[in-house]
Amino acid sequence: MKNLSSWGRLSRQPHTCIALHDRKGVADQLEQFRPGICYGMGRSYGDVCLNSAGISWQTRGLDRLIEFDADTGVLVCESGALLKEIQDLMVPRGWMLPVTPGTQLITVGGAIANDVHGKNHHVHGTFGEHVQELVLQRTDGQRLRCSSAENADMFRATIAGMGLTGVILQASLKLRPVGSAWLDTDTQAYQSLPEFFELSQASEADWEHTVSWIDCLSGDTPRGIFLRANHREQAPPDQKSQPSRKKSGLVMPLVPPVSLVNRLSLRPFNAAYYALNKRKEGTGIAHYQPFFYPLDAIGHWNRMYGPRGFYQYQCVVPEDSMHAAIGEMLTAIGRSGQGSFLAVLKTFGRRPAAGLLSFPMPGATLALDFPNQGQKTLSLFTRLDDIVSQAGGRLYAAKDARMPAVMFRSAYPALSEFTNYRDPGISSDMSRRLMGS
Amino acid sequence: MSSPSASKVQRIVIVGATSAIAERCARRWAEQGATHFYLLARSQEKLSAIAADLQVRQPQAEIVTAAGDFVDPAAIQSQVTEIMTQAADIVLIAHGSLPDQQQCQASLSETAEAIQINGISPVLFAEAFATLMSQANRGTLAVIGSVAGDRGRKSNYVYGAAKGLVTRYVQGLQHRTAGSGFKVVLVKPGPTDTPMTAHLKQDGAALASVEDVADDIVKGIAKGKPVIYTPSKWALIMMIIRHLPRFIFNRMDI
Ligand SMILES: Cc1cc2nc3c(=O)[nH]c(=O)nc-3n(C[C@H](O)[C@H](O)[C@H](O)COP(=O)(O)OP(=O)(O)OC[C@H]3O[C@@H](n4cnc5c(N)ncnc54)[C@H](O)[C@@H]3O)c2cc1C
Ligand SMILES: NC(=O)c1ccc[n+]([C@@H]2O[C@H](COP(=O)([O-])OP(=O)(O)OC[C@H]3O[C@@H](n4cnc5c(N)ncnc54)[C@H](OP(=O)(O)O)[C@@H]3O)[C@@H](O)[C@H]2O)c1
Repeated sequence: MKNLSSWGRLSRQPHTCIALHDRKGVADQLEQFRPGICYGMGRSYGDVCLNSAGISWQTRGLDRLIEFDADTGVLVCESGALLKEIQDLMVPRGWMLPVTPGTQLITVGGAIANDVHGKNHHVHGTFGEHVQELVLQRTDGQRLRCSSAENADMFRATIAGMGLTGVILQASLKLRPVGSAWLDTDTQAYQSLPEFFELSQASEADWEHTVSWIDCLSGDTPRGIFLRANHREQAPPDQKSQPSRKKSGLVMPLVPPVSLVNRLSLRPFNAAYYALNKRKEGTGIAHYQPFFYPLDAIGHWNRMYGPRGFYQYQCVVPEDSMHAAIGEMLTAIGRSGQGSFLAVLKTFGRRPAAGLLSFPMPGATLALDFPNQGQKTLSLFTRLDDIVSQAGGRLYAAKDARMPAVMFRSAYPALSEFTNYRDPGISSDMSRRLMGS
Repeated sequence: MSSPSASKVQRIVIVGATSAIAERCARRWAEQGATHFYLLARSQEKLSAIAADLQVRQPQAEIVTAAGDFVDPAAIQSQVTEIMTQAADIVLIAHGSLPDQQQCQASLSETAEAIQINGISPVLFAEAFATLMSQANRGTLAVIGSVAGDRGRKSNYVYGAAKGLVTRYVQGLQHRTAGSGFKVVLVKPGPTDTPMTAHLKQDGAALASVEDVADDIVKGIAKGKPVIYTPSKWALIMMIIRHLPRFIFNRMDI
């Protein structure tokens, strides 16, 4: 048994870790060791990848690339391959994953199982939209080829299926061509929510990537930094095509005894961050790595929240209620004095969901980290849940460790249909918490 | 794209190429621009998956795979002769298997098999390569031993003895070829997260990541280091273990 945590470090429970290495051998391993749940890089924040006191199928060893078609840009690879490895290899050849989240240190399987989104949802949707086919190993020995043409229902259930429909062995991903590894960027400061929504809307037509950082303590008069970017056809003249492969070397070396994110540090940090970026207003050029994955440069940054770990609260609220709901949430968070500097506000576009249980919907999504302060933090979440539910929104399973089962059921109406596709040999802390088994 | 020393590396030969450690080394070499691979192992099916992966990483590479014999000296000789009809820049001998010590104690045939695959087989391969590579006076031959070969311990001394055989053999070969253009490298990994240690992982052992170990090996070979401990902390740990007085060592449960 080995103690496993997810990214939020809220728990550290023993698991029997079964390493998957060879896709031909997985069927036998699952038959011998079940029920279990897949664990990729554990970059989910809550319990979606955990199975306390049970079996954890570790997928990182399944990381072979299988085929790449340089004419169509379709890459077939095993599910434990890292997005970073794919990008490092393919960007110099002019191809990129169309959708990546705020870290590229995650596996292809994890990206599919949570149907992750990036900063360009209004243009390219979620990761699942670019999966052309996948091979699913069920624990009863069945192996299914799934696509929109074959086993289409199982395909839709597996995308955003939280690992509960089977073990994804391999996937065919449609990459998109890029002219360079660089982006043209534009930075704007905003001083109110209406200003944010205006900027978002005005940017949708001409900018592929949009995101904003918001000062969660600014309360009724929210201020923030709006970032937008487009891919550059050419690298800027004086830049190499790729920053050095070397790791930055910045690592959070240990877990401090208390969270470094607290009332004392938060206000000055947010004020400084705002002021610093306000000075950078206007256009610029950025390499895709620091722009898309700023935190990947700091190893183990999640340790800064101390031994009790932290929660991330990520919700989406639909277009018609988003203005009011986001405002109410920010007020509630500002009053509570909790929250952290990693607060992200962005809008999602109007795209049909790729998976039955995909998180995004047309509207606005707010994501914030909260150091775990026990009951105090949970009470704030209850207040936020009310606002989200009333607005007709929902929470993101990839980030969740505590939402009530009723909230999940009512916010994901496809849940009862999804249940038909579950693999009875798979169970996770989250599935037991939210689905009862 | 690649460093100057790396760009000279063109032809790579790997014996036991389905080893997880060897596979990660091969990826690095492919990414650094190696153009020819010869991969030998016992399972053609597993080799094909690895060759496909390398081909995606290095579309220009020419990759030959072969299922071979790891036991019969004559077969080893003829395979190596055939492989070496073209010169190699790097030869990595990686195969091995971690036997259960208790089973070895209960069965001489288990013991013989463990010593065969971890000790005799890699040494025979190394000797066959060394003859041809020292004639060519170029290239690097790397053999994977283990920290377990540094001192016999009750928990795995049969495996340790076989790895110790590799250690002594490489020492001698390094002595023989000192100062020539042909380099010999001994790799000593500590416990690493690969299929070989899957049962240890299940029990919760702390294992090094196979990527990090492979990075150390690839860098160490490029530098021509005579001995590569990886992760590097094992150099110090094993120095202490080797020098512990017997009365202390014998009381340790390792
Ligand atoms: C800094 C940071 C920024 C982030 N930004 C974003 C963002 O912008 N957008 C976003 O959407 N998410 C974001 N995330 C969340 C992250 O992208 C997801 O949690 C992702 O799913 C993690 O992938 P993983 O490989 O770590 O999988 P894990 O967390 O280990 O597992 C996630 C789920 O995938 C399942 N799974 C993994 N492999 C397989 C497989 N082979 N077959 C079947 N199921 C499998 C697991 O069982 C589990 O249900 C961020 C996370 C971090 C740490
Ligand atoms: N992992 C560790 O903790 C560790 C520590 C110290 C040293 N090492 C050494 O590192 C080397 C590589 O091991 P690894 O960790 O990469 O393990 P691995 O992935 O299990 O690879 C073992 C390799 O040896 C081959 N092999 C095993 N038994 C064989 C036999 N009887 N005949 C022919 N080939 C055989 C395997 O072939 P198949 O793929 O066909 O099985 C595979 O290619 C080994 O020499 C090992 O002793 C490993």
